[in-house]
Amino acid sequence: MSLQVGLSHRFGGFALDVAFDAPAGLTVLFGPSGSGKTTVVNAVAGLLRADRARIAVDGRLLDDSASGLHLPPHRRRVGYVFQEGRLFPHLSVRRNLLFGRWFAPRGAAGPDLDRVVEMLDIGPLLARRPGALSGGERSRVAIGRALLAAPRLILADEPLAALDAARKAEILPYFERLRDHAAVPILYVSHAVPEVARLATTVVALRAGRVAAVGPPAAVLGDAAVAGGDTASVLAARVEAHEGDGLTRLRTAGGAVLVAGIDAPPGAALRLRVAARDVILSRARPEGLSALTILSGSIAAITPDDGPTVQVVLAMGDDRLTARITRRSLAQLDLAPGQPCHAIVKSVAVAPGDLGRGAQPGP
Amino acid sequence: MIDAVAGWLGPAEWQAVRLSLRVGLVATLASLPLGILTAYALARWRFPGRQLLNGIVHLPLILPPVVTGYLLLIAFGRRGSLGPLLESLGIVLSFRWTGAALAAAVMAFPLMVRAIRLSIEAVDPRLEAAAATLGASPPWVFLTVTLPLMLPGIIAGTILAFAKAIGEFGATITFVSNIPGETQTMPSAIYAALQVPGGEVAAGRLVVVAVVLAMAALLLSELIARRAARRVGGA
Repeated sequence: MSLQVGLSHRFGGFALDVAFDAPAGLTVLFGPSGSGKTTVVNAVAGLLRADRARIAVDGRLLDDSASGLHLPPHRRRVGYVFQEGRLFPHLSVRRNLLFGRWFAPRGAAGPDLDRVVEMLDIGPLLARRPGALSGGERSRVAIGRALLAAPRLILADEPLAALDAARKAEILPYFERLRDHAAVPILYVSHAVPEVARLATTVVALRAGRVAAVGPPAAVLGDAAVAGGDTASVLAARVEAHEGDGLTRLRTAGGAVLVAGIDAPPGAALRLRVAARDVILSRARPEGLSALTILSGSIAAITPDDGPTVQVVLAMGDDRLTARITRRSLAQLDLAPGQPCHAIVKSVAVAPGDLGRGAQPGP
Repeated sequence: MIDAVAGWLGPAEWQAVRLSLRVGLVATLASLPLGILTAYALARWRFPGRQLLNGIVHLPLILPPVVTGYLLLIAFGRRGSLGPLLESLGIVLSFRWTGAALAAAVMAFPLMVRAIRLSIEAVDPRLEAAAATLGASPPWVFLTVTLPLMLPGIIAGTILAFAKAIGEFGATITFVSNIPGETQTMPSAIYAALQVPGGEVAAGRLVVVAVVLAMAALLLSELIARRAARRVGGA
């Protein structure tokens, strides 16, 4: 019982290139927003056709671009638990639960309705419609619906992200039960360390479309580079000149960055770390600001956070700059992937402490 | 009650009302499958000529009805381009009630397609993707998810098209004339009555029927749409 994934896909300035094996148990795809987790899961589900893919469950190929194989989603037999539940609003909870059963091959080994209803404590909800359920109830029904399709693999895309802390605590035990009792591998997307620590048997850490680490949770979570605190971007830079007023001008793919004078000769390669909360976005190139560093790029991805914020990823050459802005700002600016955009980096954010010697070969 | 209405109207007027209802019903039901297909294609498919199709579908809404009627006459009349072919198949449209139904269907089609298209655009494609992951092939996804979710729009579009079809005048009278008992629908009968001295009373009775039918159709479509929305909304 295992899942093999090999994928490469390019879209909107974002390149995904991953390969990993998910053994039996619960494998968490872990990484910041915009690292490609959902893309991987959608490719496994068949909802996205990757440029190149080789995906197999228990040795049965679902995708093999070498031979042109791409099974449509309805022939893959994966149980997909979506972040927003995606229950069918026109069907009762019972008919939602049994929806997949109807299409599963006769005699497919899967749990029966009574067992799933008992495991998820959803007996009293069966006659209701999804519109009358709370967020936590909806999540449990979504889990049950995926299970009852008798899947060979269960996918879960941040199934707890839309829930508050209390509801999260309510749903987590059900995933633990699922992990311990389901006979099929589970691929679970999350960017929350507590969920990973509690649920994972294996962690696949993704960063900017690549696998950064694979292993048991303790080993991967201990790696600060993977689990490190707040979202930040790392930009490649090169010292351009030391200015007369004590500032140093650095060159990045997105434009010039001015920092307080640093002790490095012109031409030296550096890395800049920019916290996502220290980036302000502007559609027009702003003028009359005290901030000195204005970079430009195009929007590669927009991914919602848990709260009222979203992360907007700008592509600047090969670099990615993540900005955390509020949903309201996103709506006011009317940002969309592919648009050109300017990023005002508060110069204090690019402090010398954030600078580390880069190892990239120069152009 | 029907007998009472029939008695109050008088035989010729009652005949016109019945003919209008029949023309409206046939026009609506026969064009419904094509309406759903067209709305689906316009809402979901990207193909060359999509804007052209959109334009053709909406043309009867904008063109003077007499022009639409004349174009139908050119195409489907006895000496029209398609008329002889259809006649050899046993289908005669010109100066028959079936022609009135065709004219009504063409005139009502844009209203039907608009309403259905809006309802398709309101269907969340993520729900369809969810159904696919649960094993439903595309036709099953359409039947079990898409179609039920767009039902309010289909019902609203059908009723709207029916109301338009029973009242169609300009294209009908141009295409199939105004033959009592065959093509004299309610609006044609009102028009004919008004041409005769003293015909105002008969016309007035038909006007009352027309207003009542139109109001009933509007209220019914509102009611059904609201019910269906509540059902889909799940509360």
